Amino acid sequence: MRHTISVLVENKFGVLSRISGLFSGRGYNIESLSVNKTLEEGISIMTIVTSGDDAIIEQIIKQLRKLVNVLKVRDVSQMDHIEREMMLLKVRTEKTNRSEIFNIINTFRGKTIDITNNSLVVEITGAKDKLMAFVKVLEPYGIIEVGRTGAIALSRGSKPTTDFK
Amino acid sequence: MKMTGAEILVESLRKEGVDLLFGYPGGVLLGIYDTLFDSDIKHILPRHEQGGIHAADGYARATGKVGVCFGTSGPGATNLVTGICNAQMDSVPLVVLTGQVATSLIGGDAFQEADIIGITRPIVKHSYLISNPEEITTVIKEAFHIAASGRPGPVVIDLPKDIMAQKAEFKYPAKVDLPGYNPTVKGHLGQIKKMLRMMEGAKKPVIYMGGGVVISGANEEMAKVSELTGIPVISSFLGKGGIPGTHENYIGWLGMHGNYASNMAMAEPDFILAVGTRFSDRSTGRLDGFAPNATIAHIDVDPSSISKNVKIDVPIVGDVKAVLKQVLAEIEKYSWDKNLTSRKDWMAKIKAWDKKQPFGYDRKADIIKPQYVVESIYKVTKGEAIICTEVGQNQMWAGQFYKFKEPRQFISSGGLGTMGFGFPAAIGAKLGCPEKEVFDIAGDGSFMMNLQEICTAVQYNVAVKVAILNNKYLGMIRQWQNMFFNNRYSECCLDCQPDFVKLAESFNAVGMRIERKEDVEGAIRESLKIKDKPVIMDFCVDRDENVFPMIPAGAAVNEMLLK
Repeated sequence: MRHTISVLVENKFGVLSRISGLFSGRGYNIESLSVNKTLEEGISIMTIVTSGDDAIIEQIIKQLRKLVNVLKVRDVSQMDHIEREMMLLKVRTEKTNRSEIFNIINTFRGKTIDITNNSLVVEITGAKDKLMAFVKVLEPYGIIEVGRTGAIALSRGSKPTTDFK
Repeated sequence: MKMTGAEILVESLRKEGVDLLFGYPGGVLLGIYDTLFDSDIKHILPRHEQGGIHAADGYARATGKVGVCFGTSGPGATNLVTGICNAQMDSVPLVVLTGQVATSLIGGDAFQEADIIGITRPIVKHSYLISNPEEITTVIKEAFHIAASGRPGPVVIDLPKDIMAQKAEFKYPAKVDLPGYNPTVKGHLGQIKKMLRMMEGAKKPVIYMGGGVVISGANEEMAKVSELTGIPVISSFLGKGGIPGTHENYIGWLGMHGNYASNMAMAEPDFILAVGTRFSDRSTGRLDGFAPNATIAHIDVDPSSISKNVKIDVPIVGDVKAVLKQVLAEIEKYSWDKNLTSRKDWMAKIKAWDKKQPFGYDRKADIIKPQYVVESIYKVTKGEAIICTEVGQNQMWAGQFYKFKEPRQFISSGGLGTMGFGFPAAIGAKLGCPEKEVFDIAGDGSFMMNLQEICTAVQYNVAVKVAILNNKYLGMIRQWQNMFFNNRYSECCLDCQPDFVKLAESFNAVGMRIERKEDVEGAIRESLKIKDKPVIMDFCVDRDENVFPMIPAGAAVNEMLLK
């Protein structure tokens, strides 16, 4: 089963390699991993999308909590939550199909951010399924390349997803 | 007053109460060694960094204190890797200090540069790269706290050469501030009560005691729980000494070469209280045959040990000693007479298994049986020695034929299975406990892996005794090839070996060769008279002896081979 795990870490030397190494060393999957600073000085947040049965997910969470620089671990999939990732996608265009492609982009609420005579770069955000659907629809036109962030996630409602205090 | 990084480091070690450390100098450590030259900390120079870290490990296991060792950058640090992993697997508190090239050179493939933090990342409890002299005190304070608290383990601190020369004020922090590290000590009372209710209702309960009981010093509490409830205690390999080996409720040791009664009992309990153990594969055998009908409660300070290999019904996170104290405070509220008859029958059944099939060997043989050597050491030392082991058959026979009275008396590489561990560990144990007799029960293969440390033991007058059970084989390899590979003895024969007596003498140690059974006990007694140098005893034992019982790989606990 796919799980999205939110990990609040102290932004200390080697913390990313401790976490990524934990996953590789113990044979856990990482589908995506995104890291950035939070508003709090010295604290970063990682969102890890992984998969495994309940026992594996339980071990992943326990092993993450064992790391000294890890402040908080939450399995966001267990909460009512919002998950987004962003994709930049470069697609081939021709005079004859450009407006057709624009229609698709609008339908998916994407944004055109670069345009040439024979290509477009689109920015689109959403959950993974939406992005994959978008890719599928544009595939026949000729996708030149894509760049994707990993997923990031927050719980719904006023409470913080990972409150470490 | 401003001090150099090296001075701050050494002063910080003194603040942590370090009076003994093991280290091997090197180019980038010269500043630190110049400071150590004036320090009152006793420094032991091993003859190989691996010997140094295993000695620190043995010291830590024997005393319960944090072991400290130094290695220089590059090869000095990489030589420590096996020792770090060994300590991590067996939860031994170590602070491992490694030299590093100057910060300006890091990443440039400088002479003797190795990314030791990267290399050791998966095998440490935590690690630090020092980046300024101001943080040295905080890092040392945190490192000792992390190494010793919770589930203990090794902490590596990498010390760049230039930082050790820079100056800063010495300000030692009063306490640590680690928001992400806060091991649970007390157990959840609701869970404890739930466990006690299950235990009260059990008809065939067992206590499965692991190394956590030894580490947390919960021997008295553990014995009391067993005595008050009449529940038999079965230990893991490193759980030995958790309660006395002669205790009437102690059944023995579970696993691949553990005793018949323990393994048979573990196939059919209805309830297990597991205490400070990680359910290693060597203990459990094939998982579907391990206590298939039992509900299991598990007390452990490391939450990730709970339900890792075996599904646990009642997890109790906390320090074993603290939780067992809580258990004892509640225990009188439950009725331990309720299932008394069925429990007595259960205990009788287990004792009958033990009587039917105790550890044994051909006691009438004329040749020296390796088990006889271990039994003789047990007899002569009255069960009071610290016993270190190497890895393989020697280790299993030491486990089978020496009964331990106390925790911290049995020092063996359980998790990693490191050959060459026992001898340097014995040196460390003896330095930590000079009043105790310390033996290394060794094989001829394992002893060869770190025998350069004879020199260390001679230099510092460390009177350890090494009992080599010399069968001129890598005995456990030979046993498997004998049993499972059609006697094809591939690369296990050690016919070419040194004359261990001359070898010992060349180091100015005492060497003995024992070829006759009637000389075994006398030689051990003789060795105890030597108080100022190591004794290497070369026991020429039966080459073809195998260790039994044995649970073959992939078999269940009750599928032992008895011969």
